[in-house]
Amino acid sequence: MRNAKLLVRALRDPASIGDWDWAGLVSAARAEQLIGSLAFRMAGRPVPRRVAEIFEAARFDAGQTRTQALWEAEMARRALAPLGVPVILMKGTAFHAAGLAASVGRSVGDLDIMVPRPSLDDVEAALLEAGWEHVKDSQGYDDSYYRRWMHELPPLIHRSRDRMIDVHHTILPLTARPRPNAQAMIDASVELENGLRILCPADIVIHAAAHLFADGDLAGGLRNLWDIDRLLREFDSPGFRQSLAERARLHQLRPAVARALRLSERLYGTPVDRSLAGRSSLADRLFEARLIARNGWGQERRKLLRFAFYLRGHWLRMPPLMLARHLWVKARSGA
Amino acid sequence: MRHRLDIQIGPVAFRIGSAWKEPLDALARLYEPYPAPRDGLSDFTVRLEPEKPWRRFIRPSVAIKGDYVLPDAVPMALAHGLLAAEMGMNLQMALGQKRYLLLHASSAEKDGRAIIMTGESGAGKSTLAALLGERGWRLMGDEFALLDMDSGRLLPFPRAVSLKNGAIRVMEAEVEADRFGPRLEGTPKGDIRHMRPNGEALDRMGEGATPALILFPRFGEAQAIRAVGAAEVFMRLTQASTNYVNLGGRGFDALNRLIAANPALAIDYPDTDTAVGLVEDFWRELAA
Repeated sequence: MRNAKLLVRALRDPASIGDWDWAGLVSAARAEQLIGSLAFRMAGRPVPRRVAEIFEAARFDAGQTRTQALWEAEMARRALAPLGVPVILMKGTAFHAAGLAASVGRSVGDLDIMVPRPSLDDVEAALLEAGWEHVKDSQGYDDSYYRRWMHELPPLIHRSRDRMIDVHHTILPLTARPRPNAQAMIDASVELENGLRILCPADIVIHAAAHLFADGDLAGGLRNLWDIDRLLREFDSPGFRQSLAERARLHQLRPAVARALRLSERLYGTPVDRSLAGRSSLADRLFEARLIARNGWGQERRKLLRFAFYLRGHWLRMPPLMLARHLWVKARSGA
Repeated sequence: MRHRLDIQIGPVAFRIGSAWKEPLDALARLYEPYPAPRDGLSDFTVRLEPEKPWRRFIRPSVAIKGDYVLPDAVPMALAHGLLAAEMGMNLQMALGQKRYLLLHASSAEKDGRAIIMTGESGAGKSTLAALLGERGWRLMGDEFALLDMDSGRLLPFPRAVSLKNGAIRVMEAEVEADRFGPRLEGTPKGDIRHMRPNGEALDRMGEGATPALILFPRFGEAQAIRAVGAAEVFMRLTQASTNYVNLGGRGFDALNRLIAANPALAIDYPDTDTAVGLVEDFWRELAA
């Protein structure tokens, strides 16, 4: 397995099962945090016994992941309830809490939440009071960088449960060129039974697209693109397509959403709104090559291509002068 | 990867890839009689690779990677590649094993019943199990004991025993020379020498056993024996398990059943012969 095409194929079309490189498939899926999703896709199919056992364990583990993620959300809910501010779950925890198809086998690392920017200080204080602690030195460059320029607080970790929380106030760094409308996201958010909230369907997809294509270096991108495929398939309707197009424009994220639609269709065969997705470009091929740059030993391949996307990630994140200053400070501190 | 070796240890199969030939040659010699996985597949992949491409040649250093990795693991000298492979396999078990409740414990079997020994590093659980394995018991494993959560049976994981410092001499006096790997000096864990379990342990690596006794040995103290209450056993075993928390209710139930069904003793001992004698005494009492 020279790249992760087999993993993409197995997710997209599990019925095409054949004489596959199973060891390679399992290692690539573990490296891309997709082993749980793959295990559910392959349930009931005739796979070799050892692989069936690996998948069975992964499905069981996914249940534990879900329990832990929801418990962590509940802990945050209890800590923040007295403030009376809307608390919006994001990413994996939101999928699990809402029981979306994207949650099936989905791994969850940190708890991601979004709150209104004016209540950030109160939220941080309440979390610190409830046992979360700063991960980074709260006087250092990283901390001040986060507070001034990022879309989230410096990460906090809970002292006894050892789980991280990322508190967002919008979905992209303030230095990025698109300026999503965070207030509109909060206004359109949907309340769950326990009082926590999730973004509206269109905004969930837009956030996933922004996270993957308007920020960062696409590391672990196959998992994020799989989220997008599952979300698009579950939400698909004329009303949703219209809302997605309108809100993508509202949040200045049409290009990222269009790219997400094209890549999701290209890799996972997702049915998409052609007018929003637009024509495929030469660059899409580079994105695809970056996304599948993982071999059957679980190693990352295509070093130069990955480096190019790493640079792109920083370029998207900051204007040139600021980037120069940032890299200068980082180089001097040896971090 | 340039070089590859597949090894089956008990119910677990590893695929080990390496950028260098030497570590896998050493591993292949040590694990020579072990079966290759019959299906050609593996549960876990371990990779030994340079941290940076040029470190394959210049001052080669072995980074331990695989399906599951620790973010800040320190690379090792190429001369200690065998230890790197061992640590790579341990890491996969500790972080990735989800099918069995994994206890950081040694175990040995007699008459179909198993003794589980656990304690802090240096408590002597490895040496004690290795010694029992040469004196009429079947060595099931020196590092990990696998508890099947459905049946309550203990499954063997008879990897090469990792002997440290003083324990090396104890076992060299007991075991034929061709079962030892090279002596690795000055590793982060001190001096290390690997010892292959005997033929019986390997022939029966697919065969589980019913747990019968839980021991908490402690080396280097005057002889003392103490019964350990269920609550303390529970706490100690949860601390000795790498995946107890991740297994949720199933792990809790399995551990409780194990504890309810088995006596537990803490033993202090001044030397390994004393410990072996104590174990044999307990075993006779249990049988009576």
